[in-house]
Amino acid sequence: MATVTESAPAAAAPPDTTDVPRGIDPGLAREDKVFFVAARTVGIVVLAIMGSIGVFLGYQSIPTLSRYGASFFTESQWQPENDVLGISAVLVGTFTVALVALVIAFPLALTSAIYISEYATSRVKRLLVSVIDLMAAVPSIIWGLWGFFLLQPKAIHAAHWLHTHVGWLPFFNVDTDPDSASWAQSRYAASAFIAGIAVSMMVLPMAAAVMIHVFGQAPIGEREAALGLGSTRWGMVRTVVLPFGRGGIIGGSMLSLGRALGETIAVVLIISPAFDIKFRPLEVGTNTVAALIAGRFGEATSSQLSALLTAGFVLFIITLIINTLAAMIVARSRSGAQE
Amino acid sequence: MTATMNFGTSSQPSPFAPPADDVRPDVPRVLVKTTPDDRLSFWGSLVGSGALVWLLYTQILPFSGRVGFVILWYGAFLAMYAGVTAMGNPATVVLDRLMGAIIRGGAYVVFGTLATAVVFTGAKGVEALSNLNFFTDDMAGVRPTDDLSMGGVVHAMVGSMIEIGIAVAVTLPLGIGAAVYMNEVGGPLARVVRTIVEAMTALPSIVAGLFIYTVLIVTLGVSRTGIAAAMAIAIMMLPIIARSADVVLRVMPGGLREASLALGATKWQTVRQVVLPTVRPGLATALILGIARGVGETSPVLLTSGASTYFNANPFNEPMNSLPLYVFAAVRSGEPLYIARGFGAAAVLMVLVLILFIITRILARQKVGRR
Amino acid sequence: MTEAGLVSPPSFEITSPLSRMAPTTTVRALQVPQSSSISVREIDREAPYDRAAHHGAGQLEARDVSAWFGSNKVLERVNLTMPANAVTALIGPSGCGKSTFLRVLNRMHELVPSAQLAGEVMLDNQDIYAPGTRITETRKRIGMVFQKPNPFPTMSLADNVTAGLKLNGIKVAKGDREALIERSLTRAGLWKEVKDRLKEPGGALSGGQQQRLCIARSLAIEPEVLLMDEPCSALDPTSTRRVEETIMEIKQQVTVVIVTHNMQQAARVSQKCAFFLAEMGTPGGIVEAGDTAQIFNDPRDPRTNDYVNGRFG
Repeated sequence: MATVTESAPAAAAPPDTTDVPRGIDPGLAREDKVFFVAARTVGIVVLAIMGSIGVFLGYQSIPTLSRYGASFFTESQWQPENDVLGISAVLVGTFTVALVALVIAFPLALTSAIYISEYATSRVKRLLVSVIDLMAAVPSIIWGLWGFFLLQPKAIHAAHWLHTHVGWLPFFNVDTDPDSASWAQSRYAASAFIAGIAVSMMVLPMAAAVMIHVFGQAPIGEREAALGLGSTRWGMVRTVVLPFGRGGIIGGSMLSLGRALGETIAVVLIISPAFDIKFRPLEVGTNTVAALIAGRFGEATSSQLSALLTAGFVLFIITLIINTLAAMIVARSRSGAQE
Repeated sequence: MTATMNFGTSSQPSPFAPPADDVRPDVPRVLVKTTPDDRLSFWGSLVGSGALVWLLYTQILPFSGRVGFVILWYGAFLAMYAGVTAMGNPATVVLDRLMGAIIRGGAYVVFGTLATAVVFTGAKGVEALSNLNFFTDDMAGVRPTDDLSMGGVVHAMVGSMIEIGIAVAVTLPLGIGAAVYMNEVGGPLARVVRTIVEAMTALPSIVAGLFIYTVLIVTLGVSRTGIAAAMAIAIMMLPIIARSADVVLRVMPGGLREASLALGATKWQTVRQVVLPTVRPGLATALILGIARGVGETSPVLLTSGASTYFNANPFNEPMNSLPLYVFAAVRSGEPLYIARGFGAAAVLMVLVLILFIITRILARQKVGRR
Repeated sequence: MTEAGLVSPPSFEITSPLSRMAPTTTVRALQVPQSSSISVREIDREAPYDRAAHHGAGQLEARDVSAWFGSNKVLERVNLTMPANAVTALIGPSGCGKSTFLRVLNRMHELVPSAQLAGEVMLDNQDIYAPGTRITETRKRIGMVFQKPNPFPTMSLADNVTAGLKLNGIKVAKGDREALIERSLTRAGLWKEVKDRLKEPGGALSGGQQQRLCIARSLAIEPEVLLMDEPCSALDPTSTRRVEETIMEIKQQVTVVIVTHNMQQAARVSQKCAFFLAEMGTPGGIVEAGDTAQIFNDPRDPRTNDYVNGRFG
């Protein structure tokens, strides 16, 4: 081998230009090229359809908002004939109904989820999970009928009882005399309270299903650790399952809140529309955005239609924000990290 | 501590030889999970609190008869159960029993309420359902006050079927196609599609109806027909189906795809022969649940179609009634007979949803062992 | 009913913080008569659980224990005495029922819905499966360390150690609590490494440290027996050595029953050994049991001989 004589000190080696990633031609078969194009087309069509809805709603809001400005959000009355339009009352009503629904649905969903996940035997559990899914599929009009015909008579008494005993809190107040011998039943009917109960039954299966799913993912190792230390079943649930499922509990509840905000038919069947900003769910009269749209669309001129669409758009944005937050909370939780 | 130790019966070299004199039969024990204290505390508290509340109930004004009694009984039961347990058990046991009772109580309330809703609808609908003409006639020429032996909901049932059929024909290929796109093709645009699809699941159904109402009916002048209702249902269903299909495809184990590709199959062959058949039960479940939702939603059809009374199988030029719309119109009328018809239609709707649901369960169960 | 020739538990005092406290919880004694006619008055009588009388290690005895999962029998008539203050090792190839047997000993076996068992498990001459015994009480007295370390990740290290106390409703005075934590961690051989890190979450340790934390957690409630299901199989050799040191120290106060695949480990730490085997398709059972030295140096059964000399398994 010839000796290499280096007279000069070794120069810095030139940069290695040969060790860079190479482009790879996937070499798709022809049918795959067609498949990709077709799939992409479908995806774009779906994107276009859905995007256009959002864009349309936003676009339709422009005339309304430019006409009424910020008063659209502060005005409580909805009198298109007097050119007075505002969604403050209906927004308050929407949130009141949703709040009542959530207050009732949350503990019920949580306890039934814990029961199904931790206390029921495996055969019963499978049956009950199906029952919860079935409950989610029950049409909302059924709950509307249930609320109006079956629940309302009893709920009126419950509202009266609440008013009598806790009515000093403004939230539970109703502007009628609860102590008179023949108290005005009609003042307690058609209220946000009753609508809220009906809506709660509609949204609680959704929350329960999310919670059951999340509880089932609590690691068996930690469960056994708690039981092995001599813990009772509730002790194990409290120490392992519930902290693990916290994301699902919150996320599931928020999802049901989102659904409760948009619920229409049950509310329409039960309430008697009223446009006051009030936080008194026990009292007769309230309105929600959804019920407003359902009630007023028929007689709406095009500008009123635009106003209704704006209200609908606002509702959509609120629901979207809540759903997105819920998804983030579930994804960031311990159970979401496992998926 | 070593040499003096004996192990019981280990002088026997192997336990596998049958025991010389049979000490005890080798049958499983019946393990009783609850102690007598558990059982007695529970039943004692239940009966005791019931008796106590019964006694006091005559003195306290009931606010709603039976319901009030049950609520008071439950509260008294919890208090008594906790108290009795605390007398002889540590705090952990008290808490365990108390929470067990509360948790079970909540679950019973939920399932009980569902049962009341189902039974109530069925019971009130039986009157109308017991007339056979309910299923064969429509309401053409029938006055709301007419006897139940006249009129029926066949137009609403057929209307529901046609509308949902059109909606499915539109959303199924689009939804599954979008899911296939998101999972099998991927890419940055697919991520955008996924985001938009998830965002649109938040769209309230009434707003979907209003959208179609504004675009088709007001702007384009299409009148309130079955096709408009079908489109409103489709708009509502599309994000739900697309997202469910997306989830189903996402949780499919990637190893199956890899195995197929490693055998030299193209992407399309993989999708068609491996992926789709594997997820078919899951997709069917997603579809049927979407259908159940679409059939039951009133708001989209409320705005886009009319509560007609006559049978109409043509979705294109005339209003088409559907079950939820029929129920809605009927119960708001205020006429007792019409309301009874409304309940009958509601019962039909519930049975329809139940049937769809059972189909879902059957399909989902077929997944195991049938491949 | 005691076996002749058994060593009675050594009588020495454990000066644990727990025995210094006045018990604020009243636990019914496990003195449940074997007869089925249990009077209500006997049950409701407040008999504070006398920890002082039960301190120190307890003796476990399995009598004719058979176990099933559904209709599948996995253990056949296992008879074994695990003496107090000693380490008993359960050795044998995979799948012959050692872990199942271990889980029978602290009533974890029945967590599986299809699980069934026959026979008795006597802790200090009382059957832990007798009707009327509290499962939670049994598991407090017979603790378990699992194969995969399972500290509670959302709790701090200190809270992990006292988790067993909290779950059993045992109240500890504030000053005693820190002493208890230090003592438990010292017994588990972990104190020096984590004494400055007690507020960190339980999942922030290495595998070996997590396992020792789990040991400390189990020791904090002062069990009479500690069951260990292959505690070192997921650990590196250094951690394994530490855990073995811990086992050899705690056997003075706690009876240890350890399932292990590692014969050298069994030879190192145990005084008694039981060799489990499951022939093809048959339920598992004990082939031979006795002093460790005898099992390893002079096994009586040829199968034991083959196993300990590495010819299979």
